[in-house]
Amino acid sequence: MQILNYIGYFLVSIGAAFFFLGGLGILRMPDLYTRLQAGTKASTLGAMSTILGIGFMQPEWMIKTIIIVIFIAIANPLSSHALARGSHKAHQLPYLKDEKVGDAYEEEVENLQKNQKEEDK
Amino acid sequence: MDLFFIIIISVISLGAIFAVIRFIKGPTASDRVMALDTLSVMLIAVLVVLGFMMKRYIYIDVSLVYAVLGFIGVITIARYLEGGI
Amino acid sequence: METSVSKLNKFIYTWLILFLVWLGFTTTFAFAEVVTGILLSFTVSIFSFKSFTHAGLKSLSPKRILYMVQYFFVFMLALIKANFDVAKIVINPKLPINPGIVEFESKLTSPFAKMLLANSITLTPGTLTVDIIDNKFFIHWLYVTGTDEETTYREIAKQFEDILIKIYN
Repeated sequence: MQILNYIGYFLVSIGAAFFFLGGLGILRMPDLYTRLQAGTKASTLGAMSTILGIGFMQPEWMIKTIIIVIFIAIANPLSSHALARGSHKAHQLPYLKDEKVGDAYEEEVENLQKNQKEEDK
Repeated sequence: MDLFFIIIISVISLGAIFAVIRFIKGPTASDRVMALDTLSVMLIAVLVVLGFMMKRYIYIDVSLVYAVLGFIGVITIARYLEGGI
Repeated sequence: METSVSKLNKFIYTWLILFLVWLGFTTTFAFAEVVTGILLSFTVSIFSFKSFTHAGLKSLSPKRILYMVQYFFVFMLALIKANFDVAKIVINPKLPINPGIVEFESKLTSPFAKMLLANSITLTPGTLTVDIIDNKFFIHWLYVTGTDEETTYREIAKQFEDILIKIYN
């Protein structure tokens, strides 16, 4: 099946290109959250496309590659979310460029803590 | 065909080098963990490509286990940063 | 919601899903493997069916599966678009970003649906879920265009939530 091979080559090339862009993204971005954005998205699509491409080239591996792809599609955003939340709780604040755009999460957490203290009293 | 895969692995490695630079520079621990996570996902893809080149099915299983372990590692470190595992 | 589904229903659903996962991992139909899989998934589902599912076998109805397929296509399109967006920003020498954290309120009730929505938001253009407190989603946005709740809801969550509400509410 020649056509499957060509689909595979195409997908693997796309995946490698996105891995490169993801690496560039996490090097260039100014703070953790923007880096997470660039890194997670690019590496997720890169891995999905590369591994699925290999699956197309070797059809008897297809089921296993699809399982890896599904796992990465679920696990990668979860881990980046956990990391963002953990760092925010560790008081690592995001880089803000515009005065008008704030950090809604910080305000909410402060409000919750204030309410908690009032309840304690 | 082999040349194609060598080019693919080189391009991914270039991305990996950027991630390693971020790992060395990274001002905070979270940056380092993030770079490590990206590196491990890159490694999974490279393992699958290598498995195809060498026609070894076992590489697919290895990459699956690596994906699970990397995920657990990142979640654990994130919980630690949050305060309380 | 939990009381309406019987224990047996939940148990069979858990067993079925775990057994399918086993088949996927082993990728073989050899007799010994299949029997081991049935026994192992039976043992694991005895301990885990209470927290594994809320809806039970209802999750496998054809309507839900059709919506899941539609959701999958919307999601893949958004993922590809997201990557090109981020790639454009990364390649641009000026790095045109305007980051900030915004919030919006979701109408979803089921925890699993919230998890799906949060994951999809993370993988769509320029957004990253930071936390969920009750129904409020906190999103780190790479290029903020408006901070009021309606704009953020329309721009970020609407396309996914419309489908998820049909499935889970």
